[in-house]
Amino acid sequence: MRALPTAGALRQVTGGAAVRVSTGILLVITIAALVGPSLSSHDYFSMNLGERLEPPTLNDTRFFGTDDLGRDLFVRTMSGTRITLLVAIVASFVSLVLGVAYGAVAGYAGGKVDAFMMRIVDALYALPFIFLVILLMVAFERNFLLIFVAIGAINWLDMARIVRGQTLSLKEREFVAAARLIGVPPVVIVFRHIVPNLLGVVVVYITLTIPQAILVESFLSFLGLGIQEPRTSLGALVNGGISHMEGAPWVLLIPATLLAVILMSFNFLGDGLRDAVDPRLKAR
Amino acid sequence: MLRFALLRILSAIPTLFLVVVLAFLMVHAAPGGPFDDERVLPPENARNLEAAYHLDESLPRQFARYASGLVRGDLGPSYHYRDHSVSELIGAAFPLSLQLGLLSMAVALVVGVSAGVIAALRRNTISDRLITGIAMTGISVPVFVVAPLLVLVFAVGLRWLPASWSGDASGWRFLLPVVALSLPQIAYITRLTRASMIETLSSDFVRTATAQGLSLFSIVRFHALKPALLPVVSYLGPAIAAVFTGAVVVEIVFGVPGLGQLFVRSALNRDYTLVLGVVVFYAALVIVLNLAVDLLYGFLDPRIRNP
Amino acid sequence: MSLLDVNGLTISYAALPEPVVDRLDLSMERGEALGLVGESGAGKTQTALAIMGLLTPHATVQGQVLFDGFALAGQTAKVLNRFRARRLAMVFQDPKQALNPYLPIGEQLKRVLLEHRIVDRRAARGRALELLRRVRLPDAERQYRSYPHQLSGGMRQRAMIALALACEPELLIADEPTTALDVTVQAQVLKLLKELRAQTGIGLLLITHDLGVVAENCERMLVMHRGRLLEQGSTRTVFRNPQQQRTKEMLAAAARLDHRPPERPPVSALPVLLVDRISVRFREAPSGWKRQGSRGVVGNVSFSLAPGETLGIVGESGCGKTSLARALVGLVAADTGSVCLSAEPLAARVADRAPEERRDLQMVFQDPVASLSPAMKVGSIIAEPVALHEPGLRRDERNDRVASALGRAGLDPSLLQRFPHELSGGQAQRVAISRALVLQPKVLICDEAVAALDGTVRRAILDLLAAEQRRSGLSLVFITHDLAVVRQISHRVLVMYMGGIAELADNENLFARPRHPYTRALLDAVPQADPERVPPALPIEGEVSTEGRPSGCPFHPRCAYAVARCREEVPALRQVDGVEVACHRAEELDLR
Repeated sequence: MRALPTAGALRQVTGGAAVRVSTGILLVITIAALVGPSLSSHDYFSMNLGERLEPPTLNDTRFFGTDDLGRDLFVRTMSGTRITLLVAIVASFVSLVLGVAYGAVAGYAGGKVDAFMMRIVDALYALPFIFLVILLMVAFERNFLLIFVAIGAINWLDMARIVRGQTLSLKEREFVAAARLIGVPPVVIVFRHIVPNLLGVVVVYITLTIPQAILVESFLSFLGLGIQEPRTSLGALVNGGISHMEGAPWVLLIPATLLAVILMSFNFLGDGLRDAVDPRLKAR
Repeated sequence: MLRFALLRILSAIPTLFLVVVLAFLMVHAAPGGPFDDERVLPPENARNLEAAYHLDESLPRQFARYASGLVRGDLGPSYHYRDHSVSELIGAAFPLSLQLGLLSMAVALVVGVSAGVIAALRRNTISDRLITGIAMTGISVPVFVVAPLLVLVFAVGLRWLPASWSGDASGWRFLLPVVALSLPQIAYITRLTRASMIETLSSDFVRTATAQGLSLFSIVRFHALKPALLPVVSYLGPAIAAVFTGAVVVEIVFGVPGLGQLFVRSALNRDYTLVLGVVVFYAALVIVLNLAVDLLYGFLDPRIRNP
Repeated sequence: MSLLDVNGLTISYAALPEPVVDRLDLSMERGEALGLVGESGAGKTQTALAIMGLLTPHATVQGQVLFDGFALAGQTAKVLNRFRARRLAMVFQDPKQALNPYLPIGEQLKRVLLEHRIVDRRAARGRALELLRRVRLPDAERQYRSYPHQLSGGMRQRAMIALALACEPELLIADEPTTALDVTVQAQVLKLLKELRAQTGIGLLLITHDLGVVAENCERMLVMHRGRLLEQGSTRTVFRNPQQQRTKEMLAAAARLDHRPPERPPVSALPVLLVDRISVRFREAPSGWKRQGSRGVVGNVSFSLAPGETLGIVGESGCGKTSLARALVGLVAADTGSVCLSAEPLAARVADRAPEERRDLQMVFQDPVASLSPAMKVGSIIAEPVALHEPGLRRDERNDRVASALGRAGLDPSLLQRFPHELSGGQAQRVAISRALVLQPKVLICDEAVAALDGTVRRAILDLLAAEQRRSGLSLVFITHDLAVVRQISHRVLVMYMGGIAELADNENLFARPRHPYTRALLDAVPQADPERVPPALPIEGEVSTEGRPSGCPFHPRCAYAVARCREEVPALRQVDGVEVACHRAEELDLR
């Protein structure tokens, strides 16, 4: 019988090397993004056309060089990382709240209510959200807030499905039957008995949906529909760097590498947590 | 099995309907009309134009009109390309996207499954870590980074392959777009196959097969392979959807005149019937393909096929 | 030279402080049957896996395993595969998991035959069919084409045996082969094994926790405890004259049907529970096309329960006892009939019942750890019902209640801070019982409450329940498939078959003179921990029908005493000599 991850058991889980290393890397990057810009004498928006496309150097704290408009790449990269991480976390949080609430209700209610709610999820799933997001972005003139909502709206479906699946199986377990026998009201059952036992799965999936959120945001920036100038994100920086690939490769490579490292860390973290939470895969 | 199949088919229909409704509402919720970009028209002409396209009617009537057209296969006229209907435009663009998508999917399956099985069988050895590492990179690097890089290396740098679509008429021009599009899927499928194979190999019935003195090859070939691949079959549904989404990027980078390009242009042109048409077409495609995958899965799992 | 010689076998895992098997010595001669017994965790399965070379790479194995003089431990798969299936084979506990669900039985058989080149491709099918017939599978052609999920439990196990015997090995290792089966089916499978042994002279290493099975099937036995060899010898000697204290305890806790039944409580006029013609219909699982395990139908069940009385409900799979239990407590709504608690009728669904009614009727479940909420501490789990039913209590008063409930269940207060997954099976069940009893209910329903527990722990839990009954006049409905448990604790016994009552009688009467042929078959099928006893011939064939309800008396296809009337007419439940029985021939049959 699979041991379900619990709030208590999670505290005990330190995870393997993958979890620790990934968490470490992400912490370092986050701190660098928050603190880094203060180490430099530049800001993220000042243009200096006399210093375009300078390679990285230690003079003048131009650690990452400059971009095609003479703006300091180090500060822009750090500031872009902040935005990328912010978007990812907020969007994932949105999808978490939506997904868990929807999935737990559908799963516990069961029967026709569940079938109807999942029918809606199926329909939304089929809609090519990317296309709709693009449409909305175009139509609403690239609203900053809209990005968070749109990205969150794409990811909650997966979370809802997984939470519903888990809820359905949890619902059949004896401890839920025991709670019903005592007379615990259904709302309390869902929140005191079922949701805490979902946390493990939810945490794992959040760390795996964050990369998806980042990729969506990067894609939007690539299309010119994401974060607007002079603010920037890693995706926008990558987009900008593509046109200078031949002459000034660092303009592309630095943000692209950082982006890849962040994505990989989240993926490794998610994998590591999933292994820790599902020990069957390791023990045998 | 028949019951299962009928149930799935029947349940796809309301889903499709719901999709059309949602897409219709979203498209009409977007502010701005399809003719905003044109020169400013005298009000009378504007009204006539609107009447001709039935934009003056109430929303439910417009929807009914649209839905009845749909059933007949008529997706309406394009606002921007006045001489063409949406169906025509989609019909012109779709085959290319289809070829691209199918090729990529096929490549991804063949490469991904093989890599995943090998990695699983050589678990924790160097080959495994290498494969897993590459796969991890594959899902961590966005397609719009990989695609230009590929162009840079293979087209501009080495000059082995054509850099853009229209510059070449040979089949070779498919290569880079297909590679770029299939890479993330290869990565996912490798990881999925590996995990699934590892799990299958640790199941009780594989232990029984080992106890029966079967060689590893026999076990994989006769007992483990099919069950291990079932999750991959399930994944095919979402995978196809992802491929078509990723195709948007690839088409833009390589200049392929496919459905994705069509959509972005229509969004920027505020060509709402075309946008709606592409969305509905795409959604229908996804639903049908998902249905096919579900049926395939039901056929492969004996517990569903012969209850 | 012995067939199998194990010397100093030690198996350890990096993650565990103690070795799971510690310097075990075991030997078997050709053709003999050795029973390997011990409680769960004793290391029996690990030993078997080590012999077959099936342990995971995480295990460190020391010592020798010699098969016919050849050292097996530490060999490569290639070498081991020359021995596996051809010279030694294994049958596993749960055939549902142990057979490949994606391949028909015939294909799995053919694969073994072809792999070891026993026959060529053309002859493979024929030989496979032959093997299926040899294990007495009815309609071998059909089973050949079937998938494991289409077969019943007993048939699956027979198929597993066929697979194991395909290459005619000299030794068969059977790991708890019948534990997951109904007792009547178990008897048939064990009988099959005996026949096969007589026909082929194959050796049998039989692993089980059930001393009765060992007593009736093995000439020699070896007792393991915590990975070590505790005691061994001929079965008779060990039973008659156990040397070790542990062995004595295990024997004492073992299943015997000659326990003295408990004393009857004082007769009371008002029954605390009155069940009147309860029926529960088959429910299709909510997920649409997937059919979950069949929920038993219950048809027209009635009985009463007096204060301080224990009613044991026995039956095998498909008899409906679990559905009945769920209908009584309202987890499932009964379709017809009523349940009255102290003369007040109860609503069909638990959510519609009054709080006092919920308080007075509680339940303990089969899987102790699963019945406790994994994210809550023991203290909170037991406190929850109190907080709900007596919201006016102050926190310290509530804690007192919890502490006293815990104490009555024989648990230490230090457990209050633990989580369920940190508890042993026995501890968890005690916690579940504390939770059920903290509100002082009148009736406690136990659904296989001790089935997952070992002998000594089981005994302790049963004693606990009996003590509680004496103390507070608690009534118990004890649902189980285990007749020995029923014998030990019930005042009256209700035997169910395919959703209906077969017999309802006093404990004494039921065991001394059963009135229904099914009861007789059940009594005969239970293996008893007495090597001297000659097991009676089994008056029953086949298994509970999966094809749908038979006409007339549901038991008639398997009944040794059936006559034409039994096929045509459903027998009504009636009184015969103070016993309620549903059999046309109850008066004329003497089933002593």
